[in-house]
Amino acid sequence: MIFFWTDTLFFLLLLMLAAAIFRARSKEHLRRPWRKVARSTSAMVSLTVLVFYFGFAILDSIHFHPPEGQGGEGKFKTEAMSLLDWWASPLRQRSEKTYSAPFASHGYARENSRGTDGVSHWAYPRLQFGGAHLADPEKGKFIDILQTGFAGLLDGFLAWLVFAALLIVARSRSGSITFSQCAYDIAEGRTEVPWRAVLLTLLLILLTSFGLGELSLTYHVFGTDKVGEDVFFQSLKSIRTGLLIGTLTTFITLPLALTLGILAGYYRGWVDDIIQYIYTTLNSIPGVLLIAASMLLMQAYMARHEDEFASLALRADFRLLFLCMILGLTSWTGLCRLLRAETLKLREMEYVQAARTLGVHQGTILLRHIMPNVFHLVIISVALDFSSLVLAEAVLSYVNIGVDPTTESWGNMINSARLEMAREPIVWWSLSAAFVFMFALVLAANLFADAVRDAFDPRRAE
Amino acid sequence: MNTTPLLSVENLHVAFRQGAERVSAVCGISFNIHQGETFALVGESGSGKSVSALSVLRLLPLGGKILQGSAKLEGVDLFRLPENELCKIRGRRVGVIFQDPMSSLNPVMTIGQQIGEVLRLHFGLKGADLKSRAVELLHQVGMPRPTQHFDEYPHQFSGGMRQRAMIAIALAGEPDLLIADEPTTALDVTIQAQILALLKRLQQETGMALWLITHDLGIVSSIADRVAVMRKGEIVEAADSGPFFKQPQHPYSQQLFDARPRLESCLGRQQTPTSLPLLEVRDFKVYYPIKKGLLQRVVDHVRAVDGVSFSLPQGQTLALVGESGCGKTTLGKALLNLIESSGGQMFFDGKDVTGSSGEARRKRCAEMQIIFQDPFSSMNPRMVVGDIIEEGIRALQPERSEQQRRERAEELLEAVGMTKEARMRYPHEFSGGQRQRICIARALAVNPRLIVCDEPTSALDVSVQKQILALLKDLRKQQGLSYLFISHDLAVVAELADQVAVMRGGKIVEIGPVERVLFKPAHDYTRKLLESVPGRMNQLTPSPN
Repeated sequence: MIFFWTDTLFFLLLLMLAAAIFRARSKEHLRRPWRKVARSTSAMVSLTVLVFYFGFAILDSIHFHPPEGQGGEGKFKTEAMSLLDWWASPLRQRSEKTYSAPFASHGYARENSRGTDGVSHWAYPRLQFGGAHLADPEKGKFIDILQTGFAGLLDGFLAWLVFAALLIVARSRSGSITFSQCAYDIAEGRTEVPWRAVLLTLLLILLTSFGLGELSLTYHVFGTDKVGEDVFFQSLKSIRTGLLIGTLTTFITLPLALTLGILAGYYRGWVDDIIQYIYTTLNSIPGVLLIAASMLLMQAYMARHEDEFASLALRADFRLLFLCMILGLTSWTGLCRLLRAETLKLREMEYVQAARTLGVHQGTILLRHIMPNVFHLVIISVALDFSSLVLAEAVLSYVNIGVDPTTESWGNMINSARLEMAREPIVWWSLSAAFVFMFALVLAANLFADAVRDAFDPRRAE
Repeated sequence: MNTTPLLSVENLHVAFRQGAERVSAVCGISFNIHQGETFALVGESGSGKSVSALSVLRLLPLGGKILQGSAKLEGVDLFRLPENELCKIRGRRVGVIFQDPMSSLNPVMTIGQQIGEVLRLHFGLKGADLKSRAVELLHQVGMPRPTQHFDEYPHQFSGGMRQRAMIAIALAGEPDLLIADEPTTALDVTIQAQILALLKRLQQETGMALWLITHDLGIVSSIADRVAVMRKGEIVEAADSGPFFKQPQHPYSQQLFDARPRLESCLGRQQTPTSLPLLEVRDFKVYYPIKKGLLQRVVDHVRAVDGVSFSLPQGQTLALVGESGCGKTTLGKALLNLIESSGGQMFFDGKDVTGSSGEARRKRCAEMQIIFQDPFSSMNPRMVVGDIIEEGIRALQPERSEQQRRERAEELLEAVGMTKEARMRYPHEFSGGQRQRICIARALAVNPRLIVCDEPTSALDVSVQKQILALLKDLRKQQGLSYLFISHDLAVVAELADQVAVMRGGKIVEIGPVERVLFKPAHDYTRKLLESVPGRMNQLTPSPN
């Protein structure tokens, strides 16, 4: 096992999340809003999607040195690989020479090849792996795709049945009702938590992933990129990058924005002056410039301490972490300003004054009265930032100061699409794949955040 | 009086959608308003009186729906008119004045522009004609310098002036019917008297009908011709003003009368025996600096509290009375160190506690507490009631166990007339009166000897106000509490106080026992305040038979 920096932080974040859930379970007034979230259909559907994404990110965050013969070839032999790499080895190892369209059996560009008769042809070559098992792709491909896809769907359905059965058993055990009664309740949509919607989403996800999974063994379902790597695999690997940038950045922004914003708003006076100076100064420097400068600094640092960053993966990981940090450092000001303004309003609220007359310590006032009442702002801005950070990553990759070029990320995929879109015939699959994966993630995150805000905002209470 | 009514509302039903449920706000009310008369719709908050006015003009907020009924303006059913036809009626034939003049005026338009908008829209006036008509209107509503006010913005006006401007805008359309929704609730008592007199005068001048919506029977008695009492969406009693005030028929109307605090209640009440002074304040000052120029030098001060002295004996209640901006709330908060004082001395139980800070200040917290006016913003919406009440115990008696704290919270909830189960619920689940009870429980939690009550009942309905006042009296008797009672309502003061201090411009102009101040006022200002109390000159108390 190897723990990269980002892995450690990501697991730490998950641990904190688990701790928060555990704490909320024991407090009635914290449990109540979450129960409301659980009752919302859109929230539970998005949660299912998010859990699925996080599952991939977790798989991709458990790194180890590959056993002999299972790693890459040549100089990549000693590189660490993740559980996802290992699991999706068939996808990872079957790279073509260059572009190929989704489900193609032939290459994207014509090339000269010498046939058995010694005459050279100017033709589309057969792909090394995509549809290689077919004798005559022209005739058999469509039927084969249907057959393989159907087998995948069937597997997916079976897997779903197992999940559904497990859920029903668990529910009937805890509620001490019969299995059939419980199944009937879910099917009728009469449960408090919308399990029917969750199961339907799960069915959709499982059918798609099993179908695509089965097909990807014999085809490149999303095509291949310029160097022939499978785009489907790249998209899966990008999940971790996207989630990390969206979540780890909040590690930096939240503490900064929360403490500084609340302190400035509550104490006013010189504290407020100093904090305002800091963030107006920071705000007046163009963010991209600041990020570019720090990324260059970091590269210079890595070049000077080459022995500490021995492997490619280590470099890429450090660069990702640094990007999260610098993105966090440049993006806390907006939230901080919001929180300051809200705190200015809250400190004049009568319940804060009442707490002061009751002799409550100032720290306690900040923690018990101010912080929970600005929390909905935090949730909203974290959700909005999450999507904008994933997008920021794409922009930064565009000017080559984003994640390491060897790191798979949607940003890098979109960046490369810049040139691909100009080709004839057009190479649309990298962009589309990145778009679909990113869209599903951002949409689910936004819907979930909406439901959480509705549940936590007392003004929206019934 | 004309036989065909100007406005005739019949069997009006209005409901609001709340989630999947439909909550009815108005259930089948019918009434007529005739040309030139003043019709008052009286009721407590939530009785549906404002909703019925809004639905007549089809201005209901989102989620509200008129289920059935009709509203005929001289025979034309307003509910059947298309929207563009109705626009010609709103503002032109029916004018509206709302409660809060600040939020009903557009802050970025001058008063002249806002009046001009109506004139242009309904009469097509332009240029000099428009201006002269607008100035005339401003003059009509009694603005002192109409030509100058024409070019001024709402923030340059006081509350009373804003309400006058609002009335001028409503009058600009020369309406047949003026709907006044709580027109004076946000105003001081002296201003309220002026506005009511103005409305009465305008009505006589223009011959329009006035539909007054209010919670205050005093206002009704001074100007209404006919009265309807609303309760839970229904009109329980409708009568002419004279007979109504002589003898209300419905038990609910009688209840409203009984709940009204009366100035006379202080007469012949047994005085609380005087004892040693608990709180003594000498030459107390709160100044706010006015900073000007590049270097923010202090050029002058706003004297919010300007040299106030008084002494409050143990177990007694001192009322601070005055209009908004007189410094009464500032004084109350400064005594609790919520606002920094600028001078003077303060003795609590014989000890000088002026400007104590840190641990000493926290210790003092146990002895002086505060109850605020607005029961909605005085509790943290994210804490359960139990935590809110226990907060003071947690801070000042950290040695108590959780079990002890919980028992104390339950005991306090019962002492203020709530159930124990309230502990685990959130503040928004309670009504205004219940919230105010919880606030009292929170203040009592640390066993204070003095409670500063900052207008504790002015956001509440009269019947709830009565209950809260009774609770405060009970607690005073049981626990020997002293109150510093801040209020603008002289009648409430009469119910509770032993001594009254009248404040104006940061100074106490008159102080003395409640009977003497209210019935033999020595200062002109006190006399003016007393004269402005609406309905005081009329016989408000129904005769016993």
